Amino acid sequence: MKVLVAVKRVIDYNVKIRVKADNTGVETANVKMSMNPFDEIAVEEAIRLREKGLATEVIAFSAGPAQCQETIRTALAMGADRGVLVQTDAELQPLAVAKLMKAVVDKEQPGLVIVGKQAIDDDSNQTGQMLAALLGWSQGTFANKLNLADGSAEVKREVDGGLENIKIKLPAVITTDLRLNEPRYASLPNIMKAKKKPIEVLAPDTLGVDVAPRLKTLKVEEPPKRKSGIKVKTVAELVEKLRNEAGVI
Amino acid sequence: MAVLVVAAHDGKSVRSNVANAVAAAAQMDPDVHVLVAGSNAGEAAKSAAAIQGVTKVLEAEDAAYANWLAEDVAPLVVKLAPGYSHVVMAADSVGKNIAPRVAALLDVAQVSEAIKVVSPDTFVRPIYAGNAMATVQSADKIKIVTIRPTNFKAAAGGGSAPIEKIAGTGAGGLASYVGAELSKSERPELTSAKIVVSGGRGLQSGENFKMLESLADKLGAGLGASRAAVDAGYVPNDYQVGQTGKVVAPDLYIAIGISGAIQHLAGMKDSKTIVAINKDEEAPIFQVADYGIVGDLFKIVPELIEAVAKK
Repeated sequence: MKVLVAVKRVIDYNVKIRVKADNTGVETANVKMSMNPFDEIAVEEAIRLREKGLATEVIAFSAGPAQCQETIRTALAMGADRGVLVQTDAELQPLAVAKLMKAVVDKEQPGLVIVGKQAIDDDSNQTGQMLAALLGWSQGTFANKLNLADGSAEVKREVDGGLENIKIKLPAVITTDLRLNEPRYASLPNIMKAKKKPIEVLAPDTLGVDVAPRLKTLKVEEPPKRKSGIKVKTVAELVEKLRNEAGVI
Repeated sequence: MAVLVVAAHDGKSVRSNVANAVAAAAQMDPDVHVLVAGSNAGEAAKSAAAIQGVTKVLEAEDAAYANWLAEDVAPLVVKLAPGYSHVVMAADSVGKNIAPRVAALLDVAQVSEAIKVVSPDTFVRPIYAGNAMATVQSADKIKIVTIRPTNFKAAAGGGSAPIEKIAGTGAGGLASYVGAELSKSERPELTSAKIVVSGGRGLQSGENFKMLESLADKLGAGLGASRAAVDAGYVPNDYQVGQTGKVVAPDLYIAIGISGAIQHLAGMKDSKTIVAINKDEEAPIFQVADYGIVGDLFKIVPELIEAVAKK
């Protein structure tokens, strides 16, 4: 069984975001980019399935500008076998990415797709569910634990009240939550090896997918700033402020 | 055209955030219908009918909807959607699971976690963990929107909308529910609590969280945690406040032993009053705190428990 994982190139989670002065977006020039952290978890899970003999091949998918090859290389260095990049400089929204992934799934016929539950840039939390819908597959979202057996997957999901267990038919789309695993670091020899692994580059047109955005971003602004507060010396002073100044207890 | 709010429920009543979703939906169109799907959804449907602003409740009885499997609920919503201008869900773990599946089946975009309705087709939503606010406009015929409940004041009760029973769409057989391991707590639910006490890695162990439990009990507060505390296994996953966990906006948020990574701030910075207790005076949590105390939490928290107990 092949496993397809999606990896998104995003602004590194440690970078402090700056909104552009013209309010058209956030500053991405000369900013450190990395793989979306939830996608690292997806790659790790796929590699573990192959190591356990449950998967035969791990394919890392990305969509976006040419630099996404670097993100795919990171997945290859972690242990993915090969990459597929749908290269475009156009803005890609979750529905378009799901359609591009569907086209690649139709071609590659994986038995499982694993994606991060959310990208830390647009915070949409949509692509995995949309892909499952387009394929008519089941979905195991916000996965905390994944077990494969006999054409189905048992997924422990992180939900509002705690954890929930579901059993879904394969093929399926899994979206990863934080506690699914701890992604490995790529070793230097594996980083070297990854340079020789193949990456296939495709175009949205050849896949027959219209990627035109459905949502128009009118403006991007700074969030309102909180006024800076004060430091108090004692618990008594704190409780007095909370009772009489803030009136919250 | 009317707005359809898809409501999650526990069999007795719809979730409290449905009242927030109804309030948001009413800003898109005054004609707000609520879909209550389930097996034995009658009581929940009645609770939805009592939310002010609701003009009709659709009750779909089907065993397939008992556990909110997206594979089975989405086809029902997709079947109803063409009669509506918008489909709205609260951005909780049910809404986040189902809404995108509905959107893709309808071939429309989804607006995730709207915090403001600018006009029926334009919404404000946080991106980059709330470090930027995007105003987005949807050109789709049916708009699928999840809303962040804490940003919309809940619609009041006392309404009496008619309830219409509709047919279910059955089970697709793709997924089945096995069971749940839910955290048991007598404390207020995190996302609707007036006061939230949250702990971080500074607590050093799950055992030490008992101290926060006792503070929370004195204050009638919900209990939360940073990702670090959840990852370390001090508390279960549903305690996590932050960009990818729960978003809270209580009157009072007390952050104890939490450094204040931007991912955590994303989940609590809309709180009315923020208190930070941390031994590191450079901790970023102090930049958003109204009141901060620098010091050893193991000394400060017991003192605080004692002080709030004294009226």
